[in-house]
Amino acid sequence: MRHDSDVLAKQLLGVFAAATALLLALVLGFLIRESVSVISVAHVWHFLTDDGWYPLERRFGLLPMAWATLVVSLGALLVAAPLALALAAYETFLASPVVASILRLGMGLLAGIPSVVYGLWGLTVVVPLIAGWQAPGTSLLAAILVLALMIVPTIAITSSAALARVPLPWLQGAAALGMSHRTLLLGIAFPAARGGIVAGIVLAAARALGETMAVLMVAGNVVQTPSSLFDSVRVLTANIALEMAYAEGDHRAALFASGLALALLVLALTALAHRAQRGGSYAA
Amino acid sequence: MHPQFGRRQLLVAALGIGAGARSTLTWSAERLTLTGSSTVAPLALEIAKRFEKLHPGVRVDVQSGGSSRGIADARSGIAQIGMVSRELKPDEADLTSSVIAIDGVSLIVHRSNPVATLSDDQVTAIFTGKVRNWRDVGGPDRVISVVSKAEGRSTLELFTAHYKLRNSDIRAQVVIGDNQQGIKTVGANPGGVGYVSIGTAAFEAGQGTPIRLLNMGGVPASVAEVRKGRFPLSRPLNLVVRGEPSQLTKSFIAFAQSSAVYDLVEAQFFVTLAPA
Repeated sequence: MRHDSDVLAKQLLGVFAAATALLLALVLGFLIRESVSVISVAHVWHFLTDDGWYPLERRFGLLPMAWATLVVSLGALLVAAPLALALAAYETFLASPVVASILRLGMGLLAGIPSVVYGLWGLTVVVPLIAGWQAPGTSLLAAILVLALMIVPTIAITSSAALARVPLPWLQGAAALGMSHRTLLLGIAFPAARGGIVAGIVLAAARALGETMAVLMVAGNVVQTPSSLFDSVRVLTANIALEMAYAEGDHRAALFASGLALALLVLALTALAHRAQRGGSYAA
Repeated sequence: MHPQFGRRQLLVAALGIGAGARSTLTWSAERLTLTGSSTVAPLALEIAKRFEKLHPGVRVDVQSGGSSRGIADARSGIAQIGMVSRELKPDEADLTSSVIAIDGVSLIVHRSNPVATLSDDQVTAIFTGKVRNWRDVGGPDRVISVVSKAEGRSTLELFTAHYKLRNSDIRAQVVIGDNQQGIKTVGANPGGVGYVSIGTAAFEAGQGTPIRLLNMGGVPASVAEVRKGRFPLSRPLNLVVRGEPSQLTKSFIAFAQSSAVYDLVEAQFFVTLAPA
């Protein structure tokens, strides 16, 4: 049976959904329009082969920043994922209900803190700590640590949701067979929830790639290919934020082109996360 | 901020065609266009907003695009006023300039650093990475952290021009965006050295941030010295016009030089022309 209000709601929601999709298309279209003047073989060759990023001297090497972006994001994932998975498993299977709800609340809070606050914390706490060891402290390591803290909640929340969906009979069966906690977790629960876990990690990777403010504040922003954890590095998003307001001509278009590349990468990752979540789980 | 668009165009786009058509009529009566230096543009924009409030019906359009565009547009008449963040050159004598504020840049170090001043050669050596320890310039045995600015910033431009450096010569350990970030970075690092707007640095040092402004060639780095024109790392922010300006242009320039906009000048961390 269909009510008029249902039809209306359907149409209204359809319009909103279409508007959201259209917005995304508009953003992409805008990025392409602004960067089109440097999207050519010659320019892309410059991006890949120029030594250094000195746009006013017409040197447009983007590779050091691309490497820095990847290394920072991968490093943050390596630090955050084990922590987040341990948290999720503890919260879902081992913690008492009170502790579990406190943990959930904490994760929700952490996920909601604006990134500039993480950046400030990084600049006033993490950076001086590292500086006491290797000056000046603003470094790849600082960026990885701050970013890791920011993405722990993303992975932990999606992972514990996936773990909670593992069918109870499976866990009861495992317990009845006399499995230890360790075997139950590693042998049954994690494999069964792997779709949700992988999706969470991929989403966290997308967030790490796109994070700007916190990384800008703690990474040092010197354009160079990182060769040590204490090197100062500049990621692509930080580069856009630092220079866009003052950039003109090809410089400006090059910034838009790097933004376009990042947007496409994040879109691809999001699609991947979607697929992982749908396909990779026993307990669908 | 999109440098190609003036505030008016954006506003018109936002209001739609009807409202746009109406204000177009007003424009053609009393409209003032300023183009030029991206250092001056944010200040000029704030002054323009206040000027419009005091003169209903007048529209002031501010577009950035560099000092050379300011010169070219003032000459060709595309803009009534050009914005130029340097002294006029001898071959620009066909234009008349009016200073609205002064931009001064000071070297800053951590407050605990005993080095009081650096010669030009020492500054160049530090920023090109030839000197890596404060010991070599009369300080303690401590590694130097060079804090420089991102490409396109006017402070970077003034700094590199003064020391005859190219940005690619600078070997920085930290690159920062705005003055605040530079001050926080040097304040958190006993070996740090950077350059920022004098107005901001003097204010922050007064607020207890652990930084110190270095003397230059015997001149203390202070707002007062910049105002007297004695501080080496400084430049005037000019409005330039060609020929005999209209009444509206004249009154805008007079307003931009008056004490009614000193708060706006200070908010942009420039030095006002106020008598000391």
